[in-house]
Amino acid sequence: MNRSSHKSPGFVQKYIFSTDHKTIGIQFLITSLFMLFFGGLLAMLIRWQLGWPGHSLAFMEKIAPEGMPGGIMVPEYFNMLFTMHGSVMIFFAIIPLLVGVFGNYLIPLKIGAGDMAFPRLNMISFWLVPVSIAIVCTGFFLQGGAAASGWTAYAPLSTTMGPGQLCWIIGVIVLGSSSIMGAVNYITTIINLRAPGMTYFRLPMSIWALFITAIITVLATPVLASALILLLLDSTLGTSFFLPAGMIIDGVLQPNAGGQALLWQHLFWFYSHPAVYIMILPAMGIASEVIPVFARKPLFGYHSMVWAIMAIAILGFLVWAHHMFTSGMNPALGTSFMASTMVIALPSAIKTFNWLGTLWRGSIRLTTPMLHALAFVSMFVIGGLTGIFAAASTVDLYLHDTYFIVGHLHYVLFGGSLFGIFAGITFWFPKMFGRLLNETLGKIHFALTLIFFNGVMFPMFILGVAGMPRRIYDYTQYAHLAHVGGLNRMMSVSAFCLGAAQLIFMFNFFWSMYRGKKAGENPWQANTLEWATASPPPHGNFEKTPTVYHGPYEYSVPGRKDDWLPQHQPAK
Amino acid sequence: MLRRFCIRWIPAFISWLVAPSWVFAFSRSGARVWLPEGISTVAPEIDRLFYIVLVLTSVVFVLVQGTLLVFLVRYRRRPGRKASYSHGNYRVEVVWTLIPAIILIWLAFQNQRVWSKVRGTPPPADLEVEVTAEQFAWNIRYAGQDGAFNTQDDVLTINQLHLPIHQTILIHLKSKDVIHSFFVPQFRFKQDVVPGLTTHVWLSATKSGQYEIACAELCGLGHYRMRGFLTVESPEAFTAWLAEMFKEQTAS
Amino acid sequence: MKRLQFAALIGMGLILVGAGIARQPEAQAEGSATIKGSIHFSGTAPTREPVKMNADPVCQQQHSSPVLSEEAAVVGPEGELKNVFVHVKSGASPAASAPTQPVTLDQNGCWYTPHVFGIQANQPLEIVNSDATLHNVNAKPTTNQPFNIAQPVKGMKTTKKFTKPEIMVKFKCNVHPWMSAYAGVVNHPYFAVSDEQGAFSITGLPAGTYELEAWHEKFGTQTQTLTVAEGETKQTEWSFRAQ
Repeated sequence: MNRSSHKSPGFVQKYIFSTDHKTIGIQFLITSLFMLFFGGLLAMLIRWQLGWPGHSLAFMEKIAPEGMPGGIMVPEYFNMLFTMHGSVMIFFAIIPLLVGVFGNYLIPLKIGAGDMAFPRLNMISFWLVPVSIAIVCTGFFLQGGAAASGWTAYAPLSTTMGPGQLCWIIGVIVLGSSSIMGAVNYITTIINLRAPGMTYFRLPMSIWALFITAIITVLATPVLASALILLLLDSTLGTSFFLPAGMIIDGVLQPNAGGQALLWQHLFWFYSHPAVYIMILPAMGIASEVIPVFARKPLFGYHSMVWAIMAIAILGFLVWAHHMFTSGMNPALGTSFMASTMVIALPSAIKTFNWLGTLWRGSIRLTTPMLHALAFVSMFVIGGLTGIFAAASTVDLYLHDTYFIVGHLHYVLFGGSLFGIFAGITFWFPKMFGRLLNETLGKIHFALTLIFFNGVMFPMFILGVAGMPRRIYDYTQYAHLAHVGGLNRMMSVSAFCLGAAQLIFMFNFFWSMYRGKKAGENPWQANTLEWATASPPPHGNFEKTPTVYHGPYEYSVPGRKDDWLPQHQPAK
Repeated sequence: MLRRFCIRWIPAFISWLVAPSWVFAFSRSGARVWLPEGISTVAPEIDRLFYIVLVLTSVVFVLVQGTLLVFLVRYRRRPGRKASYSHGNYRVEVVWTLIPAIILIWLAFQNQRVWSKVRGTPPPADLEVEVTAEQFAWNIRYAGQDGAFNTQDDVLTINQLHLPIHQTILIHLKSKDVIHSFFVPQFRFKQDVVPGLTTHVWLSATKSGQYEIACAELCGLGHYRMRGFLTVESPEAFTAWLAEMFKEQTAS
Repeated sequence: MKRLQFAALIGMGLILVGAGIARQPEAQAEGSATIKGSIHFSGTAPTREPVKMNADPVCQQQHSSPVLSEEAAVVGPEGELKNVFVHVKSGASPAASAPTQPVTLDQNGCWYTPHVFGIQANQPLEIVNSDATLHNVNAKPTTNQPFNIAQPVKGMKTTKKFTKPEIMVKFKCNVHPWMSAYAGVVNHPYFAVSDEQGAFSITGLPAGTYELEAWHEKFGTQTQTLTVAEGETKQTEWSFRAQ
């Protein structure tokens, strides 16, 4: 790998079309934080309708005269909102935040490399994201609005939709290629560019997690891309991959024959269940990284943590049809997927116990990143445990497609992934920008987020148990849901507070970028290699390629004055 | 020091423990926001499994969150105390892998027993009904007098499904256009309705009354309004209703 | 000299513009001829099926007696045929501007009122939901822009326009499968829909020769050509039979 020359690049090359992994990581960060905010705004509108069904939100008429005439939301707009909320959050916020930001920023730094193996591919991988966002969001300005068939885009519904749905399909294909480029890069970099002494079992957990995530991405994303291309052909050229014979849509007999509607679901979930692990493994890696630093203790069971991640990755490919227990597939398949799903609960349990084991007899410092990491563990446990309800296929016959599932996925993706992301951002912010975030604001943001997150998401379990289907514009018409209005209003109020609390984070983020205390090289007294260089690291990362002498979690080593032992420092 | 710690951080961490009771305080008093009454023969078994999972997960939940809290207080940073240097404990790890494994395997067997009953070979049917979903209505077809579908004496309704109590009903689910899902919460029963497939499901109601059919799979803008009406009644009342529907249908 | 040329140029320009302005209103001129007609159906009228209003309790509550479908054909005792859309197919010059007064399509008692109606291109169509239930208005034109909008709340109004003439535009409600309506979009004001007596009347026609077309949703279309003078009233007879 050729260390780049030291002549300073121009503005465009430095900040826009940069091939520096750190700049690309920060570009991902800003883009996906913006999309996170946008996805959150869509959620606020959803909560408005669910809290006060059919009530007017007058100012929205100016923004969406078709979707909210007189400020009253119409059902197709509601369908578009939850579709785009899910798509934006999953494709443009969670995945880029976890994989794009931390993958790009951390991998070279943590393995002691100067940059990625393919810097130019890396730049393309980033720039495809804004392109994808632009394509998907073009739908908002087209006749009939953006995609409205759910983020799962089940055929045949998705093939009957307007141009917004086509934008969605094309945009997600573009995003998929971006993910594949990134993943190829990560895998190559981790295999080839490790510093001397950085053996596989000296890799920090976050790098292990990102490594396995990249492998999942490379194996699963092409399946989604091909499925999307088939869906695009079905929608535009009249092919029949997912469309059976004899469909009568809106009174018109369709000319298709020979397709299978369930094929889409099999292909989609073959990607999207592993994608759940794409969205949680890096967060697990971040938690495994942050907890030892602030417990000042080695990670409990490093090897079993690595094996657990691999087990999750492999089993993650064998459980996809547990999303389809009620779909009408052969019930015998239901049995096998129920069994594999029960098995995949195990590695997650092991990881949770290992995090608790790391805290045991530690010396715990409750800094903002640590609080977020602990919240990740705590909330992920709820997400994981509620998954067992859904894994029990007979219970799922009742709970499938109800708010129970919505609650479950939000405990995994918000309680899990997003708290992991907050832990990661607050932990590595000093490295990225050379300044510390304000701790007081950080803790206020954390406490409010935790409280209001539970205020919105926990009642979803109760609503699901009460039989409230998801993706329902107005639940009040159902007799068995006539009395859940109060609960929904409480959730909506919590949601608005949750959204408002994120403004504190935004303020802290941008204010500290310029006004925060100077961080120095290693503000957290952590061991891994990124803390062995300046904050922010110079182009090329390290003055001299570091040599690694031991594992990443040597904290409180007996017989030493300091309670940390950096990876690049020999023990004696 | 300890006091300061408690005042600062314990409230934030237990907020989620309080959340459930907070939730109930907000919901309208008296109304039960929980499982609706189960009225099919399999509902009690599914509910039993639900409660088994609920108890198991609640125990794990309390243990894990409790341990977390205890550790946070007990092992908080104190001057002069250093964290212990330990990379793990093989024996402990084996134990906490095996115990959940055994529980999960047991749960899988419990689940399979009910699953094979609900989704296995249907028992002989007393009555067959054909339900064809379309955007956004449920078309119900009874075979009528001759017991055969698609004949002159079929009885057709829109969104009105009547079923005789205590009889085994075989439902043939079809879809005209997109995927829908036939969901009756009180039956603990949900089955997607897929175009190009006929799905055969069976059920038997144990309590008469008025219930609703919800569409549980997004099917377009009228999805939320794709509501059917289910009446479970005595076989006599059912026969009378069917005859009346047939008369109305042929009145003109 | 230059200045004079410039002034002349401006003057000529003004005259041209003025002439242009003056010419426009001529197209607005209307005549005083009337075409009347009575439409009959010969043969056995198709049976009107009762509508399954019990599919939605909100619909059922609004009707004390069974409602008969309007979709097949509404035929009176003497064979009078309702819901036939009659318009001048050729011979009439397009109206310079569409009326701003909207045509109203009401959804009341899970029923479109009217079932068949005419509207001018670019004339506003006000779609109203008078029911406390969801109606979606699924308009399926082929030359105009199709739309499918939902009106979940009672009293909601949506205004739409069709920009091009089209015979006919079908409206459907997918929540209540029996609900349908048809709109004839034309670019002049000379159209009418037959009433229960099978009668219609087109007024205000200028003198001239016109081709009239009558359309029925089940029985197809028919045309007649006739000439009217100013102030004249002509009676036409139409007869449809089952196809």
